[in-house]
Amino acid sequence: MAFTLYALIQTAILLTNAVAVLHEERFLSKIGWGADQGIGGFGDEPGIKAQLLNLIRSVRTVMRVPLIAVNSVCIVLLLLFG
Amino acid sequence: TMDPHRGHRATKPRARAAPPAGDPLLFEDTSSRTAPSVNQGYYESGYNLGGPPDRGATMSNLFADPMANAAMMYGSSIANQGKDMVNKEIGRFMSVNKLKYFFAVDSKYVMKKLIILMFPYTHQDWEVRYHRDSPLTPRHDVNAPDLYIPTMAFITYILLAGMALGLQKRFSPEVLGLCASTALVWVIIEVLVMLLSLYLLTVHSDLSTFDLIAYSGYKYVGMICTVLCGLLFGTDGYYVALAWCSCALMFFIVRSLKMKILSSLSSDSMGPGVTAKPRLRLYITVATAVFQPIIIYWLTSHLVR
Repeated sequence: MAFTLYALIQTAILLTNAVAVLHEERFLSKIGWGADQGIGGFGDEPGIKAQLLNLIRSVRTVMRVPLIAVNSVCIVLLLLFG
Repeated sequence: TMDPHRGHRATKPRARAAPPAGDPLLFEDTSSRTAPSVNQGYYESGYNLGGPPDRGATMSNLFADPMANAAMMYGSSIANQGKDMVNKEIGRFMSVNKLKYFFAVDSKYVMKKLIILMFPYTHQDWEVRYHRDSPLTPRHDVNAPDLYIPTMAFITYILLAGMALGLQKRFSPEVLGLCASTALVWVIIEVLVMLLSLYLLTVHSDLSTFDLIAYSGYKYVGMICTVLCGLLFGTDGYYVALAWCSCALMFFIVRSLKMKILSSLSSDSMGPGVTAKPRLRLYITVATAVFQPIIIYWLTSHLVR
């Protein structure tokens, strides 16, 4: 497997897009991964599931706008250079 | 008025070549007051504002011409502004001071660290020593991670890969770039997976990103050794060196990370959920260790065919 840096960037963009596309109401709440279902107790440490839900929610909040820009740039570049 | 110039043979031709105005008052002042070597330094690189501050101060006093004085002041302030802006921009992404800590090594440390990487079984004390709450620099503590060895080992690995491919008559500059970027991508992937797993398991260790990059980069030393043995002694030598370096590296990683990941347990409160955590942390440490030989084999087997 020969990786180029371009492949890494592509992978990162695709993965971030995948996380950003998960819909809050239609999907995450249905499988019990909603934003309000993870906060469980304020005990010692949140469990793995709570951390994961936190991560998904923060990625979706933070990366919405930058992803629009990055995706547009990617589309233009792929149209121009294949 | 020309007599003082004759004594300073070096300044005269240099002063002629210098801008701005051919003002005789200018040359006379500078050559009469200071030593030639200081003058040369200034006229040679007219924009060398990064020099020692006392030199700049004595320089600025010498200009009787206020225009040149003002121009030099303006130029130096512009340069300082540019330098500050660049430093600020870089400082927003990574802390330069923290990076400097990782490169504060000396040759004794490098020697000892390389020996520990190749033969860690006799090393007794694996604790990272602290000095008033901040970790000691690698110069003073052999257990501290550094970024000098991984960087040098990475570059050496790329060069060695080029040489090995050349021996097999498969060399071309594109292949070298591909090899370098593949190795770099694997390091990035490993660091990201480590960061993700440490975050998910809420391990409050003091492992920063640079620490993880450092521990991830130590495998390049093993890779270099393996490839060298493979080139010198053939396929058998390659497998022997692979086994040796893998065991040594696994031992090293487990002992080093055990201190950082597993011992952060003692500061947490003793709740009921604690019993599941040590096992998961152990899994992380062992998984990191087991990943090293796999990636060493993956990245070097095609070089020693």
